[in-house]
Amino acid sequence: MSPAPRPLLVEALGDPPGTLRLTNAQWTLLIQQARAAGLLSRLAFLLDAAGDLPRVPAGPLHHLESSLVLARSHDQAVRWEVASIHDALRSAGIPVVLLKGAAYVLADLPAARGRWFSDVDVMVPRTSLADAEATLRLSGWIGTHADDAYDQRYYREWMHEIPPMLHERRRTTLDVHHSILPLTARLKPDAAKLFAAAVPVALHADLRVLAPADMVLHSATHLFWDGEFHHGLRDLVDLDDLLRHFDARDPAFFPTLVDRAFEMDLAGPLQYGLRYTRRILGTPVPDTAMIALRRAGPGALRRPLMDALFDRALMPDHSTCSDWLTPTARWLLFVRAHYLRMPLRLLVPHLTRKAWRRVKGEDAVHRG
Amino acid sequence: MKIGDLPAPQLRERLAVDGVAFRVGPYVTRLRSPIARVAEGLHLVGAHHPLAAPADFVDFDLEIRPRLGLWPPLHRLARLFVDGAAPFNAFPVAQSYAMFEWGLNWCVATRSDRYLLVHSAVVEKGGRALLLPAPPGSGKSTLCAALVCRGWRLLSDELAILRSDGLLAPIPRPVSLKNASIDVIRRFEPGAVIGGTAHETIKGTVAYLRPPADSVDRQAEPARPAWVVFPKYEAGAVLRFAPHSRARTLVFLAHNSFNYHVHGARGFTLLADVLEHCACHDLGYGSLEDALRCVESLASNDGAARPATA
Repeated sequence: MSPAPRPLLVEALGDPPGTLRLTNAQWTLLIQQARAAGLLSRLAFLLDAAGDLPRVPAGPLHHLESSLVLARSHDQAVRWEVASIHDALRSAGIPVVLLKGAAYVLADLPAARGRWFSDVDVMVPRTSLADAEATLRLSGWIGTHADDAYDQRYYREWMHEIPPMLHERRRTTLDVHHSILPLTARLKPDAAKLFAAAVPVALHADLRVLAPADMVLHSATHLFWDGEFHHGLRDLVDLDDLLRHFDARDPAFFPTLVDRAFEMDLAGPLQYGLRYTRRILGTPVPDTAMIALRRAGPGALRRPLMDALFDRALMPDHSTCSDWLTPTARWLLFVRAHYLRMPLRLLVPHLTRKAWRRVKGEDAVHRG
Repeated sequence: MKIGDLPAPQLRERLAVDGVAFRVGPYVTRLRSPIARVAEGLHLVGAHHPLAAPADFVDFDLEIRPRLGLWPPLHRLARLFVDGAAPFNAFPVAQSYAMFEWGLNWCVATRSDRYLLVHSAVVEKGGRALLLPAPPGSGKSTLCAALVCRGWRLLSDELAILRSDGLLAPIPRPVSLKNASIDVIRRFEPGAVIGGTAHETIKGTVAYLRPPADSVDRQAEPARPAWVVFPKYEAGAVLRFAPHSRARTLVFLAHNSFNYHVHGARGFTLLADVLEHCACHDLGYGSLEDALRCVESLASNDGAARPATA
């Protein structure tokens, strides 16, 4: 059983000019779905790139153009923020790898078009973490959760990042990672290999982004091992963009990707990533890659269950894209992700503690 | 057909079942709610707004649903849904109409980044627009309401929508009046239609003045900014009407813009070009009649053509 009709948004992302045949009522729905999914500016970019934006009716055009104005300003702000981070860390000689949204922007990847995100994510070697934190403090980034011993322990002992840092003047958030999965997770990718393969960006010679295969692996791991599906479709669209882009530039991309996935202990996340980009967005993933990854995925019995869960969780967070099982599916995947990221002996006390704090009304805003 | 043309029971029925879509400035808003106060408020202060056609695109989809609160047991709350999601806390059901107006403002302010949005009242006379930007409590809404009662066209009591061509787009909603200013306007204009009252909100008592039919009928007609006046009401104050530097005005408008940072250099140039042709004044007053006389003198003696001090 899958959630009934294919959302207009998914159709529109696959065939932007097809939107020109929509009725006003359909446009109303499409704009709402795209906004809820965090994909409004992506849709606007696609229509703009196809030269179809001027043919969109005035009503929806207002929202598409507004989202483009916002996206362009966001792009500029991200470049400025990255330059500031780069300035701060360069003097300390710490190798820095940009992750996720900021990496897509600085590497000029198609996944950056209209991609909105609230934090900049960077990765530094674990041995340089203390140096990086101290250097960033001198440049105005202050640590959050400072007065909470439990949160400090949660991040520093178990997670793959330190507590988010907030710039005191710009109020921007910086996540400093040292790996791409929590230390407590069952899968153990070797962060040193990520650094070794990282590639410089054009604008700043000593600033790096993950190598193409690693970037895809991180994107898939983030989506399928993190448990947050509020912007699940948007993250799936990122993955689709990355795959299409790298595949078009390197005929051996998919075989390399699959080999790297096994090498990095990330074949599981990649299997899910390729399965659902192909299933939902029609990404041209070769059968050979799917077959090679089969042993990393769920067995024949569990596969229909996982499909039923992900088919729901990866849809836009909008009432017209949900059925009565959608909230349960999202909750089950949230629990699954925690289980994948922490052993039960840590997870049960952690979730109990979080629930208790919520009942007491304390601010329990951390990512655990 | 206008909202006020529907008989009240029919409006209430339509609001409860399919929702009612109507035009507000450049936008179509659809409102759905089974709550009687929402229907009453809309019927009274929203009467002049034209209904949209069923096939029209809907910009803002709002719904206000009642629900029961847990403590004290079974007290009546309501929640505002935007596009089917509820991003805000529940509120007392008696404040539902005010929450609709607030929610609509929120939609316009957060979803119109192709315009430069400034927190300001805007009225127009003789084709020239007057901006009244000021912090809350300065008497901006009261002065705006009084001007509208004296025949100025209402563009907005909250939001100046500046297009890239330098013209202001109207978004005529009912003027929100707070606390003492509700009675001030009732006394000032006994014929004024005021409704949608909500007590004990964060801002105290709030009520809404229905915009004149002419302002709503002309809601597609933009206006060119000609004056910026910073009102400052103080009980017992003597009248003070003095030029305000245009450079400072620009800085103030930028600070009181919802999305100046989004527009960057283009936003600066746009504001500078607009203010080049505006006369800017401070207006301190203790008497509404004095303030009105000053503003009327601007409109009658062609104040805009005079270069202001920089």
